[in-house]
Amino acid sequence: MSRRFDGNRIKDKVFQWFGIACTLFGLLMLAVFLISVLKEGIPRLNAQFFTSLPSRKPEEAGILIPLFGTIWIMVLTSLVAIPLGVASGIYLEEYGKKNRLAALIEINITNLAGVPSIIYGLLALEIFVRILGLGKSLLAGSLTLALLILPIIIVATREALKAVPKTIREASYALGATKWQTTWFQVLPASSGGIVTGVILAISRAIGETAPLIVIGAMLYITTIPSSPMDDFSVLPIQIFNWLSRPQKGFIINATAAIIVLLAITFILNGIAIYLRNRWQKKVKW
Amino acid sequence: MVTDMTKQKSDTDNTKTAGDVTSDKLVAELVNVYYDKAHVIKDVSLTIQPNTVTAFIGPSGCGKSTFLRLINRMNDYIDGFSKTGSILIDGADIYDRKVRVEDLRKQVGMVFQKPNPFPKSIYENVIYGLRIQGINNKAVLDETVERSLRRAAIWDEVKDNLNKSALSLSGGQQQRICIARTLAVEPSIVLMDEPASALDPISTAKIEELIYELKTQYTIIIVTHNMQQAGRVSDKVAFFYIGELIEFSETKEIFINPKKELTQNYITGRFG
Repeated sequence: MSRRFDGNRIKDKVFQWFGIACTLFGLLMLAVFLISVLKEGIPRLNAQFFTSLPSRKPEEAGILIPLFGTIWIMVLTSLVAIPLGVASGIYLEEYGKKNRLAALIEINITNLAGVPSIIYGLLALEIFVRILGLGKSLLAGSLTLALLILPIIIVATREALKAVPKTIREASYALGATKWQTTWFQVLPASSGGIVTGVILAISRAIGETAPLIVIGAMLYITTIPSSPMDDFSVLPIQIFNWLSRPQKGFIINATAAIIVLLAITFILNGIAIYLRNRWQKKVKW
Repeated sequence: MVTDMTKQKSDTDNTKTAGDVTSDKLVAELVNVYYDKAHVIKDVSLTIQPNTVTAFIGPSGCGKSTFLRLINRMNDYIDGFSKTGSILIDGADIYDRKVRVEDLRKQVGMVFQKPNPFPKSIYENVIYGLRIQGINNKAVLDETVERSLRRAAIWDEVKDNLNKSALSLSGGQQQRICIARTLAVEPSIVLMDEPASALDPISTAKIEELIYELKTQYTIIIVTHNMQQAGRVSDKVAFFYIGELIEFSETKEIFINPKKELTQNYITGRFG
């Protein structure tokens, strides 16, 4: 009896240490990566690096064009994905009937959120680049990424709407409000924190994507800052990928510096998302 | 106070026994409700006179809340809901195709079990019903806020803090804000779904007193689990059991001399 008891205690302890080891392993790997990137990249982060065009000499090359490309992509993708995604989420949650078709749509959207991004790239290559004739433009790239993050935004919107208590909707209906008035005046304000958080996380995923953009052909040597949605473009992750494939040590250093910039943008976006989520959770008490 | 209220009530009862048929506020005829295949309201017919308080009582799941929510069509959004029979308010079928459900709900207000103010200021809560009708005239809104809060007997407690969040108030105060919000739309019928069940005894007493006063201007239908409350506030009582209306008569009658054994067993607490 007591031996079995001891055996269980040992198992308990073993698992506890195993869990700690697993967690530490992940953290350690990330730390090693971050430290090595920071050590190599930070000295490279000077004004010249941010304001220079691509070059064959690593010390003269910069991220001006891919940085602008990333900003363009961020804005255009948001313009397409946010209205479409939020509106779809509102429709599915507030208006759509909860029948079999709705369940099927829900499963498919959740599945779409998990489809590898390169598949979206192939789809976009066929539809946007070839059939619609958008070429390798910013617009084609943005539409591709918008498609990629649409399921994420829809799911986040629905979750945020679901968190709004039914009693608030009923109170609004009972005062003679239509569905739209209830959604606009009560449900959306109460769920905006959750929706915004989801949207920001989705966008930060979009700006880190490389594969679908490579598939549509955005891997170019460009020497002008894009000035319209129809211009060719490059983005930070593609630039990083590009530099990493060069043999010279100087380009590897450039790549690590660009990684720091990309990480910084992503961290800032995620930070804003976390801040908004915390503020929202504190404010709304039912 | 309580004795005063009972005396007043018996007075109104006497004047009302002569009530004529044409002035019926609400007439329900052979109403049946189904949720998918579940038959939750069975052949319920009842008639309610204006400026009375009717209490719906019965054990949990007996259909009294479902029936209440038929009157402002709050069941419409529930998937699988269907109904037969008719409900007339002032002689007009509220389930008629031509009726806009939003207009019906301006006429038939509702107060819920749990106080559910919007996460906005007291002021904005009260005028929400007007805002959604596009009324933005400051003078009209101010006037409505004061009148509604006075009628809901909470003006004196909140008049200096109208811009404070309604969520910062106590439960009982929140519920009276919800009543004020309902009255601001000028309904003629007020439905109350266990309005005091989440409140402390003092807040409950205030709400009951309020119900009694509101009767002069509104027709009130209240669902309650509390027998004493039904006895204190209502003129008539409808006893529901498993979807059927078992007995519907004067409050005194049902408490002193119930006609059905089931009613007697329920009100004496033998089940429920």
